[in-house]
Amino acid sequence: MTRLTAERLTLGFPERVLRRDLDLAVGPGDSWAVLGNNGTGKTTLLHVLGGLRPALSGRVLLDGVELPRVAHAARARKIGLLLQEEAAAFWGTLLEYVLLGRYPHRRWMLGADAADEALARAALERVDLAGREARMLSTLSGGERQRARLALILAQDPDVYLLDEPLQHLDLRHQLETLALLRSLAQQHGKAVVMVLHEPARARRFCNRALLLFEDGRSLPGPVDELLGRDVLERLYGCPVEGA
Amino acid sequence: MSRPLALLAVLLLVAAGAAAVGLMAGSHALAPAEVLSALSAREPTLARDIVLELRLPRVSAALACGALLALAGVLLQVLLRNPLADPYVLGISGGAGLGVLIAMLSGLGQAVASVAGFGGAFGAALVVFGLGYRAGDWNLYRLLLTGVVLAAGCGALISLLLVLAPQGTVKGMLFWLMGDLSSAPGAGWAWAVALALGGLAVLRAGTLNVLSLGRLKAAALGVPVRAAETAIYFAAALATVSAVMLGGTIGFVGLIVPHLVRLLGVSDLRWLTPLAMLAGAGFLCLADTLARTAWAPLQLPVGVLTALLGVPVMLLLLARRPGSER
Repeated sequence: MTRLTAERLTLGFPERVLRRDLDLAVGPGDSWAVLGNNGTGKTTLLHVLGGLRPALSGRVLLDGVELPRVAHAARARKIGLLLQEEAAAFWGTLLEYVLLGRYPHRRWMLGADAADEALARAALERVDLAGREARMLSTLSGGERQRARLALILAQDPDVYLLDEPLQHLDLRHQLETLALLRSLAQQHGKAVVMVLHEPARARRFCNRALLLFEDGRSLPGPVDELLGRDVLERLYGCPVEGA
Repeated sequence: MSRPLALLAVLLLVAAGAAAVGLMAGSHALAPAEVLSALSAREPTLARDIVLELRLPRVSAALACGALLALAGVLLQVLLRNPLADPYVLGISGGAGLGVLIAMLSGLGQAVASVAGFGGAFGAALVVFGLGYRAGDWNLYRLLLTGVVLAAGCGALISLLLVLAPQGTVKGMLFWLMGDLSSAPGAGWAWAVALALGGLAVLRAGTLNVLSLGRLKAAALGVPVRAAETAIYFAAALATVSAVMLGGTIGFVGLIVPHLVRLLGVSDLRWLTPLAMLAGAGFLCLADTLARTAWAPLQLPVGVLTALLGVPVMLLLLARRPGSER
């Protein structure tokens, strides 16, 4: 069974194709690392898988239904997307921010109820931000804000987590805690996780599958143990990767 | 009591107080009891005529106009994700001004001028929308620039009209441009627009909140971004045009009032929207009462007063220790 399937995706822009014929099948319990150099289309891939933009060709299926046919809110209940950059400044508190993750689940137009708030608080606890609910988001540090973004997606509680550089701005301890949290989402809670990482060692330790995006537009999915050999990585990154 | 609820109570009191002062103050000052008896009087008295014929329509227009401007400001600050957005960034004031001034210059009556202003304003809004929404998608940057450029063009034409206009009509034109409620038409329809749009905005405030995270994040959370932004645009345009029909281009309210409420510690749009509308209504009503009494019998354009009152209030709030209360 797969949750999210990509069939023969071509990604990029009409004048510059980044990926050709990309196939991917993301199942529950899978934890995927997407590896590749800058500009190989990692972010574009996540946006296409998340339904934020169309592929040049090919299709994406969510639980067997082609993505454009899934209603906006229904899609957001199943797919959570951590963006690499969040464009806008948010004026409110940390708790108000994380509560926005409940938006696709809201039953009543006006807003969050007590159950939503409990979920938001639990999400903050899981990213080590408990006790800071009333702080203004804008007063948090870069790393704390990154964890807040992650908490918003935990509160969203999707089946599929698409995470674009989830570790950015995090200190070492929080990087490892975040990776452990994401692994437990997949292994213990049956979620499907796809994350963009930059360190093959992390992928080996915390993911069971990897998708390699080569500079020439080809893509290679497979189990981490078989895939992440030294020669493949050197071809992937175009540099010596001793010890990576 | 939570902070938004407390603010709601305070701002309700402020708006009601502003309306009461507006009914009492003037060249013929009335005591509260006199106003009350005038409001309920059956047979025509001087006090009844003053309150019902002169002051109540003006107070009502000021309240509705202030609420509409604040609502338009809130919506546009969400839509453009730009704290400097105000109801006039989309060229609506320029379009309306041009329409009204041409009508005034042609010696046409009030009614024709209103229609011309309405036409000019909606024409400008449509042009900006059409250019900003090319190829079925927004480019907010292009939208903002189109509005600014259109406003500048209208501004130049307005200056030209003012130079060419005969002395007698210039003062009326200037008052209209600075914002003036002395010749506001009946405001019943504006109240209806304000309540309908405000209610809709509060019901959809969850979506507005998510949109303030940016278009991509909002889309990822399941907001149909394009439809939502189109709706916000036209709601803001309708609110602005309605306000302009009442009082000309009154500046400052739409820009400052939403920030004022934010600086008081409310950012959730479920609360920010009604609070800003209340604050805008009370603020404009007070400013208008001052405008017609401060230099009596001379009447000032209320737009001058909104700036004179708004600037110190805003500077005071900005000077407070940031984040001290949360």
